[in-house]
Amino acid sequence: MKALEFRRNVPRFAAARLAGSLTPGRGASVGPLHLADLDPPTAPGPDWVRVRPRLSGICGSDLATIDGRSARYFEPFVSFPFVPGHEVVGDLDDGTRVVLEPVLGCVSRNLDPTCDPCATGQLGNCENTTFGDLEPGIQTGSCHDTGGGWATAFSAHPSQLHPVDGSFSDESAVMVEPTACAVHAALVADVPDGAIVTVLGAGTLGLLTIAALRTFAKPRTVVATARYPSQRRLAAELGADLVVEPDGIRRAVRRATGSRAVSIAGDDGAVDRLSGGTDVVVDCVGSSASLTDAMAITRPRGRIVLVGMPASVSLELTPLWHREIELVGAYTYGTETLPDGSTARTFDLAAGLVRAADLGRLVSATYPLHRYRDALEHAAAAGRRGAVKVAFDLRDEKEREALMEMSK
Amino acid sequence: MSNGHLAPRPGFVLDVDRSSPPVLFHHGEGFRLEKLPADRTRVIYPAEPLEGLADPDGAIRSALLNPLGDSEPLPALLHSGMKLTIAFDDISLPLPPMRRPDIRQRVIEAVLDLAAEAGVDDVHLIAALAIHRRMTENELRHAVGDRVYDAFAPSGRLYNHDAEDPDGMVVLGQTPHGEDVQFSKRAAESDLVVYVNINLVAMDGGHKSTATGLSGYTGLRHHHNVHTMLNSRSFMDQENSALHASNWRMGKVLRDADVKIFQVETTVNNNTFGREGPMSVLQKREWEWSPKDRAGFLAMQQGLKLMPSAAKRKVFSSWLAPYELTSVQAGEVEAVHEVTTANVYKQQLVPVEGQTDVLTMGLPYICPYNVNSIMNPILVMCLGLGYFFNLYRGKPLVREGGVLIMGHPTPWEFHPVHHPSYIDFFEQVLADTTDPAEIEKKWEKQFAEDEWYKHLYRTSYAYHGAHPFYMWYWGAHALQHLGRVIIVGGDTAAVRRMGFQPASTLQDALEMSTDVVGPQPTITHLKNPPILMADVT
Repeated sequence: MKALEFRRNVPRFAAARLAGSLTPGRGASVGPLHLADLDPPTAPGPDWVRVRPRLSGICGSDLATIDGRSARYFEPFVSFPFVPGHEVVGDLDDGTRVVLEPVLGCVSRNLDPTCDPCATGQLGNCENTTFGDLEPGIQTGSCHDTGGGWATAFSAHPSQLHPVDGSFSDESAVMVEPTACAVHAALVADVPDGAIVTVLGAGTLGLLTIAALRTFAKPRTVVATARYPSQRRLAAELGADLVVEPDGIRRAVRRATGSRAVSIAGDDGAVDRLSGGTDVVVDCVGSSASLTDAMAITRPRGRIVLVGMPASVSLELTPLWHREIELVGAYTYGTETLPDGSTARTFDLAAGLVRAADLGRLVSATYPLHRYRDALEHAAAAGRRGAVKVAFDLRDEKEREALMEMSK
Repeated sequence: MSNGHLAPRPGFVLDVDRSSPPVLFHHGEGFRLEKLPADRTRVIYPAEPLEGLADPDGAIRSALLNPLGDSEPLPALLHSGMKLTIAFDDISLPLPPMRRPDIRQRVIEAVLDLAAEAGVDDVHLIAALAIHRRMTENELRHAVGDRVYDAFAPSGRLYNHDAEDPDGMVVLGQTPHGEDVQFSKRAAESDLVVYVNINLVAMDGGHKSTATGLSGYTGLRHHHNVHTMLNSRSFMDQENSALHASNWRMGKVLRDADVKIFQVETTVNNNTFGREGPMSVLQKREWEWSPKDRAGFLAMQQGLKLMPSAAKRKVFSSWLAPYELTSVQAGEVEAVHEVTTANVYKQQLVPVEGQTDVLTMGLPYICPYNVNSIMNPILVMCLGLGYFFNLYRGKPLVREGGVLIMGHPTPWEFHPVHHPSYIDFFEQVLADTTDPAEIEKKWEKQFAEDEWYKHLYRTSYAYHGAHPFYMWYWGAHALQHLGRVIIVGGDTAAVRRMGFQPASTLQDALEMSTDVVGPQPTITHLKNPPILMADVT
């Protein structure tokens, strides 16, 4: 079968890091990722099924991996070689169309009893992603045994699969996984009613987080940063009240919150930080710059939710200490407790939001697997090129049918 | 040029033909020489500088002793035990700042001499800056002179007006139009207010000196708004200015509230760049440039090209105009202002027949709100579409639906101390809309009431939060009148942010203008500064 495989190859990894630093997405051309003809996946266990992807999205974390920017933190949590791809809508051999919930928790690893997070539905917090019957891998797309979505087939545990309503387009369905991340972030943010929330970044995750905040919280004002015109337009459409360029966020939040600016040089009109600030920041970038902005604009005892994958950052933590700011992460999804006390699977909430806000429209471009270099460069430059989500389209891959025949 | 022996020549309109030399366009801290199309272009040149008064101090004293209108001579209004306030125009006048001694210094010293003779010892001097930025010590010293500054400032009797001081402002009443008349409490409680003005353009002076200069946002919002600007045609023409009318109504309220004002108004000539020296070429007509002028100009151009922006700004900011006093009149406000306006017109008014399809202008490095500062994009808009466009009487120089082409580098750059609210206005408000009415409705109040802007206005050197709005409204009439605005040589992103079209060269801009006004349009170039006002029939 055809797949994009990522091998452990230190020289190529270094080359990808260099190329990716010059041109985002260029790591695909020189790095460890390559188009391979692999044997069809072998089921890791008796319950496992084969999924033939229809659309498979490219995520920011994928791009970080391809360009060699991932934190070394993840090294124990992956098993080489692996096939990336965790935002997937695909077909089972019986024809059922499914969306993948890619986290590989205790159940898929055949561990009994499960860890406490898995027992309470917090799959993203599973403590056993390097143990059990599977090779290490926090998700499908980083585990050697399961394969991943950037292939004509991979293996999935039934607990990972959500059947898709026939009224859902493939484009909508492939947006469910990233939307689930955003829904989780919006709920982790724990936004007080009437609060002012700031979302940093208007890539896919930032835009979806704005939509999720508008659906699952009751903020008075949502301020957002967006670098490009199409992002600004979409951020406003999805619920941001004020959208500014990243450089202008301190001034914008100062105005929105009625704070005063504090300048290192005194009353010189510069805005180094704010006297008060926004109640909550959801940082969908995860860079040193965005976190520094977040610290500058969050009110005392406010909250910063880190959604964008940060890798290594350099950060002045004095404001965190001095202003008693809370810094929390928001990773993937599982089971959510809603403000009314009820619980729900994040994927179910996300599917509802995708439908209500027509988020399938955010799929801007699709590529066949063999054009992976173009696809990854497009995804890495999505904002600048007026795109949001870029995905691989495997619906016309000839091998899909061949695999189907083999299964018969 | 006038050399003191020949009578200064009036302004005039040149019809450009094939033999006409390129015309000098101001272009921020630089210049451009532009060849204008022959046979369909005219250039309006300002008048040469009128002769200055031979004895300015004598003329000032004479004016104080021989007032106009229903006013007693100043000495008769001064007595021991009285409360006297002397208010004076701020850093926005004149432009560029003038060489020492500043006219304000001459007048204030004369007034103080008379006050001392009368035994007046409760005297306050206030820079009547409304919601402009505060003046620095150096700027105040330049305006009033070291002797006055040292005598009054250390004891807190010479200071900047503070329109946001809750204990320092009062509302004296309303006009029949429902306009609040907000005023400096010190001035309102004084037995006499002497106002010292420099009347650079026809909009200045009269009741506007006090009703605007000593007011605050509560009062200003009644005439510094879109409606007023759209009904001021132009705001430089008192007979047809809603801005003027509103200030005159407020002046009546001041009078009815027993605020006694003794107005001293002065006019200067057009000697902006000097009759001799490196800058004098800027007020000469191009065909009269001598070989020395040409060489000097080319050397200046080359030198400027090599300089970074900050250095150029410093060089231009250091220029002090050798303005000469052409008239001084004192007494009752309206009687004084009538004579002042006639004297302004005498220097600046140029008769022009008919309108044009395309109006061009080269914008200089300075406007009223960037003295010792940066001409940011909003101020470029205000200078071009506000001040220069409105320098007409009768009808606009350009026809309705016509095109305005103005040249200026228009940098996306702001002075963080002077213009903090401008930065937010440019990056947030103009990103939302450029429509003055919508801006006024949606954004003005929150900027005007912003506590940080108030804090910076009161304690630092920042323009008030409402000020960038007023700058945008200043261009409202032009925006409504024009079919297109093109900026030549500006920062493309900044120009587009304002809703205008960028062009690299004047030729490109003229080509672009044909989309709006058709081929072979008539063109008029407003050659300003030195300042001229077109009397369009």
